[in-house]
Amino acid sequence: MGDLVIQSLNQSFPRDDGSRLVVLENLGLTVKDKEFVCILGSSGCGKTTLLRMIAGLDTAESGSIVLDGEEIRGPNPKVGMVFQEYSLFPWRTVIDNIAFGLEMRGMPKEERYRVAEEYLELVNLSQFRDSFPSELSGGMRQRVAVARALALDPVVLLMDEPFGALDAQTRNKLQIELLEIWEKTKKTVVFITHSVDEAVFLSDRVVVLTPRPGRICQVYEIRLPRPRDRTSPEFAEIRRQVLDLINQHCSIQ
Amino acid sequence: MGRFVKNDRDWRLGVLAVALALIAWQFIAAVIIRYPFILPAPTDVALAFVSLVAKGDIFIDLGTSLVHFAIGLGLALLVGIPLGIIMGWNRRVEALVDPLIELLRPIPPLAWIPFAIIWFGLTSFSAGFIIFIGAVFPIIINTYSGFRGVPRVFVEAGKMLGCTKDRDLVRYIAFPAALPSVAAGIRIATGVGWMCLVAAELFGVSNFGLGQKLWFYYSLHQMDSVVVYMILLGLIGLAFDMIFRSYVDKKFLKWRTGEVA
Repeated sequence: MGDLVIQSLNQSFPRDDGSRLVVLENLGLTVKDKEFVCILGSSGCGKTTLLRMIAGLDTAESGSIVLDGEEIRGPNPKVGMVFQEYSLFPWRTVIDNIAFGLEMRGMPKEERYRVAEEYLELVNLSQFRDSFPSELSGGMRQRVAVARALALDPVVLLMDEPFGALDAQTRNKLQIELLEIWEKTKKTVVFITHSVDEAVFLSDRVVVLTPRPGRICQVYEIRLPRPRDRTSPEFAEIRRQVLDLINQHCSIQ
Repeated sequence: MGRFVKNDRDWRLGVLAVALALIAWQFIAAVIIRYPFILPAPTDVALAFVSLVAKGDIFIDLGTSLVHFAIGLGLALLVGIPLGIIMGWNRRVEALVDPLIELLRPIPPLAWIPFAIIWFGLTSFSAGFIIFIGAVFPIIINTYSGFRGVPRVFVEAGKMLGCTKDRDLVRYIAFPAALPSVAAGIRIATGVGWMCLVAAELFGVSNFGLGQKLWFYYSLHQMDSVVVYMILLGLIGLAFDMIFRSYVDKKFLKWRTGEVA
């Protein structure tokens, strides 16, 4: 129930000279129900491509992605997505952004506002209910984007470097908040990042991708209890191990 | 945001400039040139205005012109916005229609006058047609480029939230995202259309109309009345722009405060 099973996934794009650039090669991965998995890799390793295929925004050349026993063939209400860039609709207020998916689903106005307000509270932004996205800071915008994705109660939440554009302090704060939200809502999360620190802080498992073609290099289980302390020796040790692993096996040749 | 960079320009300076210009005009006309046919003085114009208002025709002229303008702009909106949307949304339609538009667009609206008369006769519709030709292209092009410029992430975010049908994506995502550009196109079209009005009324589609009367008083050599109609045309054009800006910007584009200075 709720598992995300990816099997022998291949994807390539045509290049100008007629050859094909292999982006993902024979990639297989199973994410368990309610698991928090980080996909770690340098830029250009195909991690965003992978996420877009799980989201149903792109189609794989071959292979399958099965969520909750059902193959993903297109955008799907079981999958929520938080994009890397700011994706809130700037012409809608915060509450109307969060309620958008419910509106598309045909939920009556009163009810969808009630649900949206719950999620607004979950990300602690109730006082910005009627603000426009242009009036929010970058961190707040991404929190609203999380609330908007969660409002549809998806099985899995995909996050594509959602905190990449934020400063370090805000980023750390949002990571803590995200874990709190995850504890409360218990979604399966697939989170993409290029930051080892972020991956170790957040996830149950870190999946390291090699670049070009992207395939799974190592999977690293992180057994540290949460809340994790970034400054503790255990944390530093795991971070060092992951870094070593990447340097030894998974770096660009 | 936005409210901190409030435009604090002193409006009294503007009033002063207009007053000085009026004084200079009066001086040049009444003291230096002293020939109202070449340059009527502001006082002549004011007197002409009073007598035109007393006659009452000026209001019929205004109404007639607004009818011509409404026909032209209304048709331009009716044709331009859907066409721009389809072109912006569908690459094949764009490839099909765009060359045609680029060929027709450089033809000055006034060059259509002969065919306007042949097709629609001396009716309000032929005047409306000239205004339509002037107004439709800015609307098409701005709508189309607005739709082209909709960030992909908005469309994809919409799809992830269950907005997957083309019709819904246009209605809920692309149209609001393109609205600033569409509105800018309508605003340009309003200006261009209004400028076409004088020429559109030149060929006698009616015995009334601001443009028609401008030519009529010119043929009578009553240049003070010509200036009255010129000023009226200018002020109404300005009023359109101001109403449009305050209404549209406040009602539909208030989300942009803070995004643009």
